[in-house]
Amino acid sequence: MNERWLNAAVVAGLVAFPLWALWMDEPFLITLATRAVILALAGVGLNIALGLGGLVSLGHAAFFGIGGYAMGILASHAQAYAPIMEWPFLIEGTKSMPVIWIVAMLAAALAALAIGALSLRTSGVYFIMITLAFGQMLYYFAISWPAYGGEDGLSIYVRNGFPGLNTLAPAPFYGLCLTVLLIALAAHWQIARSPFGLALNAARQSPARVETVGIAPFRLRLVAFTVSGAITGLAGALFADLNRFVSPVMFSWQTSGEIMVFVILGGVARLFGPVVGAVVFITLEHWLGGLSDYWHIYLGALLLGVVLFARGGLIGLVAGRGGHE
Amino acid sequence: MSLLLLAEQALNGLQFGVMLFLMAAGLTLVFGVMGLINLAHGSLYMLGAFVAAVVAGATGSFLLALVAALAAAAGAGALVEMLVIRRLYDRDHLDQVLATFALILIFSEGTRWAFGSFPLYLDIPPWLSGPVMLPGGILYPAYRLSLIGVGLAVALALYLLISRTRLGVRIRAGAADREMIAALGVDISRLYTVVFALGAGLAGLAGALVGAIQSVQVGMGEPVLILAFVVIVIGGIGSIKGALIGAILVGLTDTLGRLLLPLAFQTVMDSSAAASAGAAVASMSIYILMAAVLIWRPSGLFGARG
Amino acid sequence: MTLKTLALAMGLAATSGAAWAEPVKVGMITTLSGGGAGLGIDVRDGFLLALKQSGNTDVELVIEDDQQKPDVAVQLADKMIQSEKVDVLTGIIWSNLAMAVVPGAVAQGKFYLSPNAGPSALAGKGCNPNYFNVAWQNDNLHEAAGAYANSAGLKNSFILAPNYPAGQDALTGYKRQYKGELAGELYTKLGQTDYAAEIAQIRASGADSVFFFLPGGMGISFLKQYADSGVDLPVVGPAFSFDQGILQAVGSAALGVKNTSQWSKDLDNPANADFVETFVVEYGRLPSLYASQGFDTANLLLSALEKAEVTDADAFRAALKEADFASTRGDFRFNTNNHPIQDIYVREVIKEGEVFTNRIIATALEDHGDAYAAECKM
Repeated sequence: MNERWLNAAVVAGLVAFPLWALWMDEPFLITLATRAVILALAGVGLNIALGLGGLVSLGHAAFFGIGGYAMGILASHAQAYAPIMEWPFLIEGTKSMPVIWIVAMLAAALAALAIGALSLRTSGVYFIMITLAFGQMLYYFAISWPAYGGEDGLSIYVRNGFPGLNTLAPAPFYGLCLTVLLIALAAHWQIARSPFGLALNAARQSPARVETVGIAPFRLRLVAFTVSGAITGLAGALFADLNRFVSPVMFSWQTSGEIMVFVILGGVARLFGPVVGAVVFITLEHWLGGLSDYWHIYLGALLLGVVLFARGGLIGLVAGRGGHE
Repeated sequence: MSLLLLAEQALNGLQFGVMLFLMAAGLTLVFGVMGLINLAHGSLYMLGAFVAAVVAGATGSFLLALVAALAAAAGAGALVEMLVIRRLYDRDHLDQVLATFALILIFSEGTRWAFGSFPLYLDIPPWLSGPVMLPGGILYPAYRLSLIGVGLAVALALYLLISRTRLGVRIRAGAADREMIAALGVDISRLYTVVFALGAGLAGLAGALVGAIQSVQVGMGEPVLILAFVVIVIGGIGSIKGALIGAILVGLTDTLGRLLLPLAFQTVMDSSAAASAGAAVASMSIYILMAAVLIWRPSGLFGARG
Repeated sequence: MTLKTLALAMGLAATSGAAWAEPVKVGMITTLSGGGAGLGIDVRDGFLLALKQSGNTDVELVIEDDQQKPDVAVQLADKMIQSEKVDVLTGIIWSNLAMAVVPGAVAQGKFYLSPNAGPSALAGKGCNPNYFNVAWQNDNLHEAAGAYANSAGLKNSFILAPNYPAGQDALTGYKRQYKGELAGELYTKLGQTDYAAEIAQIRASGADSVFFFLPGGMGISFLKQYADSGVDLPVVGPAFSFDQGILQAVGSAALGVKNTSQWSKDLDNPANADFVETFVVEYGRLPSLYASQGFDTANLLLSALEKAEVTDADAFRAALKEADFASTRGDFRFNTNNHPIQDIYVREVIKEGEVFTNRIIATALEDHGDAYAAECKM
């Protein structure tokens, strides 16, 4: 099957899914699908660094967590009617999603800029490990920082609002998240085709060649890493809103690992790789979890099978190799 | 705070570091020779501890338990290498990460399925229990002292193995140039299996040794795995010497950080808050160390390539 | 075996009076996989045993594994509320998971019965009429340890706990009752496995006793290393590091250690004797305090179902509040904030044949409530 048709089928499926779930009277399936869509968004963020830039980051949980805590901190202050700070100027909390999203993306982008500036001096396995180190630093910080709940995390009693939408109902919130995901996918597509994306891709394959035409690979990568972090941060804010809860688990290395698994499972550098990966992973988790207490064994065996026998991820398995490679 | 306490803590840091070295040595060998990132290394550590607990429980002999742990982990390592890992050498790091992540899931839940959900019992043998008096008046557990001894002995043995034996020559050649050694007619796939089993055996031995003073439970491998990665990255990937120095550095930083940071914070805040803030920074200290080393030397202390 | 049959018969007799009851759906979210699975399995097994003994076929139980992850627990709660349409939720082991699930669930009008976690936020300002804690408020066992330290004449304690909210609550709880001096106060890393540095500090501190809260594997590691260090100061801790599930893994290192608990298997009352015996017959192992909490939770639920239908929320809530069931702990009633008022005992670790277990040596606190009830407005 052609990859483009496959992508179209995935989009159609995601759009049609809530209608089917409502018709079946299974509103929980919409919540589950929302989870998949949000995790796919986190994967889309990682895919910009990983797929386009070749930057294997095992620390994207840092940005996911920062996005989550941006939501948690703003909303908890708003629900307690306590300003975040009064001096030198007043900052109030908020329950408005658009404002939260902007703050989450800015905070995550700033963190990605700082972490990237330090980490991108290294490459290969060292890069994997230094990003992991920064993720772990934030994880332990979040656990032992008492102001916002420490390991207990923060509960938000009512989901934040979006103008003109009842976000409390599963279907509208799903639609909102899906729209954000599609916009992010469009952005990824645009970036990949832009001069910036082409230079980034060239820098991934041959840094020396890019340098000879006067472009510093370091700067390209830093920009890609920052954009990537911002998108994953946005996913973190949505994830927190889905659960109405944030906790340091969002910062853990297992979270970084899972986001990476979505991307690899679907297919690295494929536009829809993270989407397919997240949907399949969440489906498996939901379905296998009911089969046995020891369902991790089956999950592990399936993942292993995909790596060993489906090179290029699931999309590669269906659509054949090629695509972006 | 007395100098005596500081000296004792330095010993503790050394002991922690030496145990980390047993884990890190296998990881760095496998990475250096085969170019493989093995996240499942922690599972072999766990396997060693579980096998040791079962054998010690059945036979009552701690030494037999150690041998069994080493053998079982090495055997499992060889098996996994032949069934799975072998297919990953020519893949990129991403496929290796995903495949070995899947192996962790299988190993962890498989262990729980086989041994149950409750921690197992493994204790220090009677002939090593209790403290001994060191020169200078430090009362120090005999078992921990032997751990330092065993770890340093393994480091020495590894050094001799790599610098003095035929296998060592091949390992060094494999790390330097993989195509060349195959062209010279060395059975490369057998070499890889042996190296992987060696690394796995060391991890299993570490698991059994540490299991005697810790909790033998599912999931015990992952925190150590992360620390071992920190160690080999600080030391420079592929370098045994780097792994030893990195391990001791991490051990000392972690142990002394836990002692000194709360004291440092006490000079500026009350003791309860200082205990909490100091502990928070101490838990981040080794990651701060690692980031600092990499920013200073992007290929680690003794690393040759990235 | 006869006791079990008798209990079954009694349960049947009791429920036959309420034959008009509509089926009630209960959702249990608990930890059944990974390193913390032992606790969830015990709660589940205790709960199932009580249901089985009652013979009540009107309770439909849905059990799901939260993997000890807060986001998974929230997702399961959503599933149970939206899809399974449960009336009552229960099962969560960990405070951070409870904080993630409970506020949302009770806000949607569901009942939540906690068989283990009791974070202070849910006992004080964040209390809720639909949230009942059948175990303890988190601080309780630590407060009892402090009280015991006073009565044992300990005057210079060294105290340590992991650096996270439950750990900070633990040290606060101990200090709330303890009247002596502190030789030192330490926070360790969550999940830490090596305590050599802390033990050296204890040795150097000149303390006369050690209080620690290190749940699960952390406690096993600490005790083994402590026993081997040659430091022989008396140790006091809450029951979590000495429950039946992990005591065998600690081994002789725990012998003689004093720990505080609201339950013990030798607690002398008929409900408990029956529970311990039937649990051993049913599952082939001794029950832990988690199992007793799961068992009590189910019996509380059953007692309320006999009096009111769950669809009549006010009546059902009142029936729960009466706590009219035979608790394995003996006396048990609810405080104004729906948290227990109960006795808390001091236990000592002993060896019975080849099995390590506990026996009660004293009562630390009688009819003890918690420090947050006054802040609860409902």
